[in-house]
Amino acid sequence: MQHPRARDRRAPDVFRKGGWVPMREYPCDEEVDFVIVGTGAGGATLACRLAEQGFKVVALDAGAWWRPLEEFASDEAHQQKLYWTDERICDGENPLKMGGNNSGKAVGGSTVHFAMVSLRFRPEWFKCRSLLGYGADWPIDWREMWHYYDEVEQALSIAGPINYPWGPPRKRYPYRSHELNAAALVLARGAEAMGTAWSATPLATVSAPQGKSPPCVYRGFCVAGCATNAKQSALVTWIPRALKAGAEIRDLAMAGRIETNDVGRAVGVEYFRDGAWRFQRARNVVVAGYAIETPRLLLLSANHRFPDGLANSSGLVGKNLMVQSNQAVWGVMDEEIRGYKGPPSLSINEHWNYEDKGKDFFGGYAYMSQGPLPAGWASTQNGRGLWGAELSREMQKYNHQAGLKIVGETLPQERNRVTLADEKDQYGLPIARITYAFCDNDKKLIAHSLHFMEQALEAAGGKEIWRQEDDTCHLNGTARMGDDPRTSVVNADCRSWDIPNLWICDGSVFPTVGGVNPSLTIQAIACRTADRIHAIAQRGEL
Amino acid sequence: MNNDATTTRYPGYDVLNKRNTPSWDPITRQVVEDRLSTPREPRFFDPAQWAAATALCNCVVAQPGDRLAVPVAAMLDARLLEDQGDGWRDARLPPLREAWCTGLAALDAEAQAEHQRVFAQLAPDRQTALVEQMQCGRLRAAAWRGMPSDLFFSERVLHDLYGAYYSHPASWSEIGFGGPANPRGYVRLNKNRRDPWEAIEATAENAATVKGENTRVR
Repeated sequence: MQHPRARDRRAPDVFRKGGWVPMREYPCDEEVDFVIVGTGAGGATLACRLAEQGFKVVALDAGAWWRPLEEFASDEAHQQKLYWTDERICDGENPLKMGGNNSGKAVGGSTVHFAMVSLRFRPEWFKCRSLLGYGADWPIDWREMWHYYDEVEQALSIAGPINYPWGPPRKRYPYRSHELNAAALVLARGAEAMGTAWSATPLATVSAPQGKSPPCVYRGFCVAGCATNAKQSALVTWIPRALKAGAEIRDLAMAGRIETNDVGRAVGVEYFRDGAWRFQRARNVVVAGYAIETPRLLLLSANHRFPDGLANSSGLVGKNLMVQSNQAVWGVMDEEIRGYKGPPSLSINEHWNYEDKGKDFFGGYAYMSQGPLPAGWASTQNGRGLWGAELSREMQKYNHQAGLKIVGETLPQERNRVTLADEKDQYGLPIARITYAFCDNDKKLIAHSLHFMEQALEAAGGKEIWRQEDDTCHLNGTARMGDDPRTSVVNADCRSWDIPNLWICDGSVFPTVGGVNPSLTIQAIACRTADRIHAIAQRGEL
Repeated sequence: MNNDATTTRYPGYDVLNKRNTPSWDPITRQVVEDRLSTPREPRFFDPAQWAAATALCNCVVAQPGDRLAVPVAAMLDARLLEDQGDGWRDARLPPLREAWCTGLAALDAEAQAEHQRVFAQLAPDRQTALVEQMQCGRLRAAAWRGMPSDLFFSERVLHDLYGAYYSHPASWSEIGFGGPANPRGYVRLNKNRRDPWEAIEATAENAATVKGENTRVR
C-alpha cells in the first residue's frame, strides 16, 4: 500500500468490507497531549486508555491500516505484508532471524500476526534478582500487575481454562477455552506421562461471539493474520476503542526523529508520510516501536544536547536485548495430526516456569504444541540441512508430525544490543544492527528443555524425534525500567529519567523476559502507565 | 527435472479444486491466481544467471515427475524483481539481489574451474556434488567475494527456493495440506479426523478407492 488511508476525518472500519469510521484529526501545528510512535501491544493500548481519559492523542504507525475481512489472504507468502521487512543487519555469535517471528509493520503492530498466546508472568519474576538470584528486579509489584492482567484479559475476551494449574489463583478466563486439536493432545499425553500438569493455552481469539468478532473457525492461518477478526489483536480491540474516544491514528507514518528543545524537553516527532517529512507538536512523546525500533529512534534522535541519543544518560539504550529461546523437538506420530487446523499452540506446559528444583540454570520456560504451515515447516526442515529428495520425503510426513516448542527465558546481557549501522533505509535513516549471543545460562536452559521435551514427546508416542536447536522469538529489553537512573532508562511509570515528557511503552522496558510470551504483559504495563499518567496529571506534574 | 521425489500419500488430491468453495475467499483466490500466472521468462536475471538459477532450482528442489513442475526459478526471479526482502540479513551476506547475483556467478566460476563448463551444463550428479560442497562451505573461489558459500546456501538458496516452492498450491496438494479455509474453517480437530474438504491419506486398505475419492474432495 502506497497512500495512507486514515485521512479526511475517517479511518478504515476493520469490521466492514470497504467500510469507514469517523476519526478526529489534529493539525500538525497543534500541540497535542501525546504523540505515540507505534500502535502495537504497547502503543495501541496506551493510545486507547489515554484517549478515554480525555487526552488529545495522535498515534503514528509505519505500517498500513488493513481491513482483515477483505485483505488478509489465507496465504503465508502474501501475508508477509504484515511483517517488518525493511532491512536489519544481524551479527554476533547467534545472529537473529527477524521478520515474521518477531516484528510487525501494520496498524496493530505484531498483534496482527501474533499467535495469541496470552500468559501472565510468574509473580516472583518481578523480583527475580532478590527472590531468585538472577537478572534485575522490576520496579513494579506483582499484585499490581495481577490487577492489570485482569483488565487486559477482560478487554481481549481471553479464551482459557476454568482453573489454570500454575501460579496464584486468578479469576476464571472470560471465554471458555478452545477445543484441543490433535497436536495439543500430544502435549497433554506427554505432560501426564512426565508427571506434570498441562493446560489449554489462554488465547486472544474468541471462542464465542464478542462484539463484532465471530468465534474462531480454526482456519489455522493465525500467524499470517486473522481474516475473520476472531483474533483479538490491537487492530480490532484497542484501536477501534481509541478512535471512538477521539484519538487520531496515522498509518504509513514513519517516525524518524524526536525533537527536543533548549531545556531538554521533547517537543514533537518528525515523521515521513505521503511523500513528505512532517512534524507533529506534542506536550509528551511516547515511543512504542518494540525492542528494535524504539532504541533505533532514540539513537537516531541524538542532538547536541543529547549526543548519545535520547533518554540515554545511563548508556543503556539499545542494550540488554533479550529474545526468547524457541527451540523444539519434533516427531512423527502414528495417527494423523493435521496440526494446521486451529490456533497453532492450543496447549501448554508451564511446569518449568514454576518449578525451581532440578535445574542447573536460572529462569524458566514454557512449552507449547505446534501447528506450522507448509512454508514455515519446510524452513524448519531446511534448518536441519535437508533439501532435495530427502526433504520431500520428510515433507510427506507433514500431517503426522507433532512438536513441542519452548518460549524460554534468556538473561539480560549488555553485549546483546541494537546499534545504528552505516547502511540506510528507504527513508534515508540508518538501519538497525542487532548483535546477539546466547550466554551459558541460556544454553543450559535450552539443553534442559530439549531433554525434557524429548522424553515427553517419546512418551506421547513420537517417533523419529529430532531437535530444532536454532530458533528464537520475541524481542524485549533495550530500554529497561528500574528504580535507579544510573541502571535503567525509564522508571516504573515508563517515564524517561532524563526527559520527563518522554515515555517508552512496549517490550523494551522489560528488565527480564520470563518464560512466557510478552504481549499480555506489554498490554498490562500500558494500562498501568495510562493510570499512572492520569494520577500524575491530577497532581499537575505531567 | 528431478524425478526421484517420493510419491505423494494423497493421490488425486488437488487443493485448487476448492477454489470455488467456501474454503477460499476472494482475496485468497486473487493472490494464488497471481502467483500461478508468474511469467515463465526471467525479468530480473540475465541469460547466464537464468541458466544457472534454473539448473540450481532443478538440482535442489525435487519435484514429482507426474505433474507440471512448480516454476521455482521464475518465482525467484519475480521476487528479486520486486526486491522483496525478509526484514533481516546476516551481516556476512550482502543484500538480497547482490547475494543472488554473486552466488550464481560464483557457482559458474566453480564449475568452470573444476569441469570447464558453467554450472547449467554440468551433469546432474556433478551439479549435486557442487551444491553439497556449497552446503559445507567448501567453495571459496574469488567469485564469492567473501560471501560464505554455506551461508548463501542456507539463508538464500534453501530459504528462497523452498519459500517459493511451498507457496505454490501444487506443493500443498502433494503433502496433504488442507490449504486456505476462509470462511469455512475446519471442524474436526482430533486425531485421525478429517473434514470432507480435506485430503484422504492413502493406506493399504483404501488403495483402490483413495484416488477417486480425493478427486472429489472440495
